[in-house]
Amino acid sequence: MSTALIRLEGVGVSFAGQQVLSEVQLSVQPGEIVTLIGPNGAGKTTLVRAVLGLLKTEVGSVWRKPKLRIGYMPQKLHVDATLPLSVLRFLRLVPGVDRQSAMAALEEVGASQVIDSPLQSISGGELQRVLLARALLREPELLVLDEPVQGVDVAGQADLYRLITRLRDRHGCGVLMVSHDLHLVMSTTDQVVCLNRHVCCSGHPEQVSGDPAFVELFGQDAQDLAIYHHHHDHAHDLHGGVVAEAPSAEGLRILGQVQPHVHGDGCKHA
Amino acid sequence: MFMETAASMPDFLVNALLAGLALAVVAGPLGSFVVWRRMAYFGDTLSHAALLGVALGFLLDISPTVAVTVGCVLLAVLLLTLQQRQPLASDTLLGILAPTTLSLGLVVLSFMHDVRIDLMGYLFGDLLAVSTGDLAWILGGSALVLVALALLWRPLLAVTVHEELAKVEGLPVASLRLALMLLIAVVIAVAMKIVGVLLITSLLIIPAAAAQRHSRTPEQMAGGASVLGLIAVCAGLAMSWFKDTPAGPSIVVAAAALFLLSFALPRRHA
Repeated sequence: MSTALIRLEGVGVSFAGQQVLSEVQLSVQPGEIVTLIGPNGAGKTTLVRAVLGLLKTEVGSVWRKPKLRIGYMPQKLHVDATLPLSVLRFLRLVPGVDRQSAMAALEEVGASQVIDSPLQSISGGELQRVLLARALLREPELLVLDEPVQGVDVAGQADLYRLITRLRDRHGCGVLMVSHDLHLVMSTTDQVVCLNRHVCCSGHPEQVSGDPAFVELFGQDAQDLAIYHHHHDHAHDLHGGVVAEAPSAEGLRILGQVQPHVHGDGCKHA
Repeated sequence: MFMETAASMPDFLVNALLAGLALAVVAGPLGSFVVWRRMAYFGDTLSHAALLGVALGFLLDISPTVAVTVGCVLLAVLLLTLQQRQPLASDTLLGILAPTTLSLGLVVLSFMHDVRIDLMGYLFGDLLAVSTGDLAWILGGSALVLVALALLWRPLLAVTVHEELAKVEGLPVASLRLALMLLIAVVIAVAMKIVGVLLITSLLIIPAAAAQRHSRTPEQMAGGASVLGLIAVCAGLAMSWFKDTPAGPSIVVAAAALFLLSFALPRRHA
């Protein structure tokens, strides 16, 4: 495990006496996409802040590879309307960036058309891409993305996730991202960490989506997700009826797995 | 006729003009940061505290200018510490500190029966009484602040755009924030002689706000604010010279007129 970019062990955080995170284990390897999912208030952003070193953890250890270059894409960017700042100038706040390299980064994320626009005038989806471009300009070993598809329409979301995968392939960087969207993330990630103030379950998406803890946490959504992932060994007609062979037992496997969550020692939720 | 007037300008008017121009140049970029970072109220508080610095200067028998600088710097540090240590919002803290320091200054002054000071001069400025010694201090202070701003320009902009992003990218955010506060403190100490403690923030904010509408880059706004400040100082001093109006308030009125004028001009488009 000495190749890891970051490694968190037994991390606990509390705000004003309220335990927000406890006993969190997490590591990201180079070239690996790790997605944090969990409901609102699960501590996803808190965990990201601990990884970034923006938050001091009281319990446990946060280890980062020495001199780790992190490209960070924050959840929101609010720039005061009085600050006249073009997208190019925004990108050039990273030392050593000129128009050419800024343009290359914007082309890579598919937002080259906004290079001279005022930062406050571009759309939410364009802003996400610009933020991603800025993270890339740091030539990161680890990309940390806090809800990268927030405020982007569904088609755009799938697009952005594919983009993130492509960027990982091209730059070979590790990716840690936060999402509370289950459907799109599952197909693009190597590892899912399901968080609800502690790590409920983690592993490969296929594994996790069948995990009782996951099903407990996401309920109906998890079932939809399972359908999304089932093996299609039959075809549908226009009305949705099965026209080819009947679905095999394999195809129904995930649907049948709705089980009550078995509380472990670490569970603090109801 | 004008040349004749310029050639026969008495020393005190030359001193006043040079002092005002130096302040206008440095107030442009610094005032822009005050506008972008919404620090107007902070500037106001520091300038109110300047009067306490004057009083303490008399009490301890040290130069009021030095006392004001030190006083403003100490208050800036105190404020930064308070912001981090307790839950009251910044504007509440400032609302406590501004009137308290101003009142404390007035109370301390009232105890000193043997010193006769021109209170109005400190509150509203006494530009026409700037001595050659004062002028040296004003020019030196302005030059110092201008150099510091030039060196810290990009990191300060990065912190203004997004503090956490800047921190993840390795900038010393807390130090930069403190540096900006200290620069404002120095300028307030410098400007007190020119426009007085009650009018200082107007000289920082009004030119920057007037330049904002017509700027497309941060530098344009900072430079534009400096130019507008120069015009305001010249116009205000002329009014004071020909119509015998108080110099400090005349400069502020001229700046406000330029601000109104900025709305009359059509906005530039890309």
